[in-house]
Amino acid sequence: MSKIEIRSPLPGTFYRASSPDVPPFKADGDSVASSDAIGLIEVMKTFQEVPAGVDGKNITFLVENEEPVMAGQVIAEVEA
Amino acid sequence: MTIRSILVANRGEIAVRIIKAAKALGIRTVQVHSAADADMLAVKLADEAIDIGSPAPKKSYLNIEAVVNAAKAAGVDAVHPGYGFLSENADFADAVEAAGLIFIGPKGDAIRLLGDKVAARAVAAKAGVPTVPGSAGRLATIEEARGVAAKTGFPIMIKAAAGGGGRGIRIAADLADLERHFPQASAEALAAFGDGGLYLEKVITKARHVEVQILGDGQNFIHCFERECSLQRRRQKVWEEAPSFLLPAEVRAKLCDSAVALAREVAYRGAGTVEYLYDETTREFYFIEVNTRIQVEHPVTEMITGIDLVAEMIRVAGGAPLSIHQADVEAFGHAIECRINAEDPAKGFMPAPGTISRLVVPQGEGIRFDTMLYEGYTIPPFYDSLVGKLIVWAETREACLERLRHALSGLVIEGIPTTISLHLALAGDASVARGDFDTRFLERWLETEFAAKTGATAEVA
Repeated sequence: MSKIEIRSPLPGTFYRASSPDVPPFKADGDSVASSDAIGLIEVMKTFQEVPAGVDGKNITFLVENEEPVMAGQVIAEVEA
Repeated sequence: MTIRSILVANRGEIAVRIIKAAKALGIRTVQVHSAADADMLAVKLADEAIDIGSPAPKKSYLNIEAVVNAAKAAGVDAVHPGYGFLSENADFADAVEAAGLIFIGPKGDAIRLLGDKVAARAVAAKAGVPTVPGSAGRLATIEEARGVAAKTGFPIMIKAAAGGGGRGIRIAADLADLERHFPQASAEALAAFGDGGLYLEKVITKARHVEVQILGDGQNFIHCFERECSLQRRRQKVWEEAPSFLLPAEVRAKLCDSAVALAREVAYRGAGTVEYLYDETTREFYFIEVNTRIQVEHPVTEMITGIDLVAEMIRVAGGAPLSIHQADVEAFGHAIECRINAEDPAKGFMPAPGTISRLVVPQGEGIRFDTMLYEGYTIPPFYDSLVGKLIVWAETREACLERLRHALSGLVIEGIPTTISLHLALAGDASVARGDFDTRFLERWLETEFAAKTGATAEVA
């Protein structure tokens, strides 16, 4: 069983949910489909959805909500 | 009292602009900055700099306590809020005054009244200014929003009650759109302004965005004519002009007078902007909002009137009466401002922070470039994508467009994508030359003319 990394496409601030008062897109341990959003990146006041980009299960987030991220930084891992 | 020292509670190009105005007046400057902004230009130019917190705006530039504590520690006389961030936050203005310092802007009460777009609509109506049909007040729930939309019809604008500058505004084409955008708009408003309150306004489908610059000292109120800001993308102004050259003289007079009436209604102090939608076919104008701060596009007004708006707001805040009477305000020639953003027009205007490897600024008569860029500067991803404003003035609009094309060709910013190519295309466009545009022109034009020119995709995938 291999781990697949999901990287941030942009530098900015990472958000787990679309707004502070709704549940996160994905909880730790969830399965994801390639087109599923796993979070938002706020870059220069613009919010961009981060798609999982891969099908997988048991997602583990490596970045906290509202944490600054660099482009290419690993945000989460899933099991193939 | 005459202000002898100022704390600049902002960043980017406007912080640089404020520091330059303050230096020209012989005023000491203290610049606050986040941990991500330690090497920004305003920090280098200021007499003193204070780190007020981590990169996230709400932990630094939106943190009232941190900014006020910095002002007290630095022993300044006054605080200039710039635009965005805390500039239209009444609690901030009150906190600055409670600390015994001068807030360079209107009183907290006036900001509260006008900054709450819902209350401002009522003030405008009282001053005899026509307003756009929409919700009577703030909307607590999506159910209430549905009710208003049922009466006004679609398309409808979802606007942040605490917003301004086009932030936190979305257009809903139908009910499904409204349901989808409402929570996102609220979240964006909360992130940007610390207030998630929303209201609705019917979309006036074919209109120009025209706005009037006002100045007040609490007793005297004047206008410095109008600006034309119809070229917008996603409600963000991209290109601004002064004057609005196709506006009939009698409409201009009525428009400018109505802005002064509004300023008088609230005993306005400082620089402000009254924004309107103008329907060319009916010659009707509708009040949208008042921005109780210096505006991004203030330089075009400065270029045609010769008035230094930032210096004037500092003087007035210090207790001086307006240095200019209405009869002294004369407009001469034409000015255009192009907002240069760190965005890639070929990739749906995707914002792209990065490091400036080369910077060449055009020089010459009638050319001004307000910026925070310098070679070697790394733009952080946490803030606005505006990196500079190219402002060009000439005796006629035609000559201004000619000079603008020349200036844009001479402006070189390497290391990041910028919107210079967009402005070059606009400056050479026949519709733009005729002034034949409204607030929805640019997005259509981007999808057709500009896409054909560049092979660009209009939207981010």
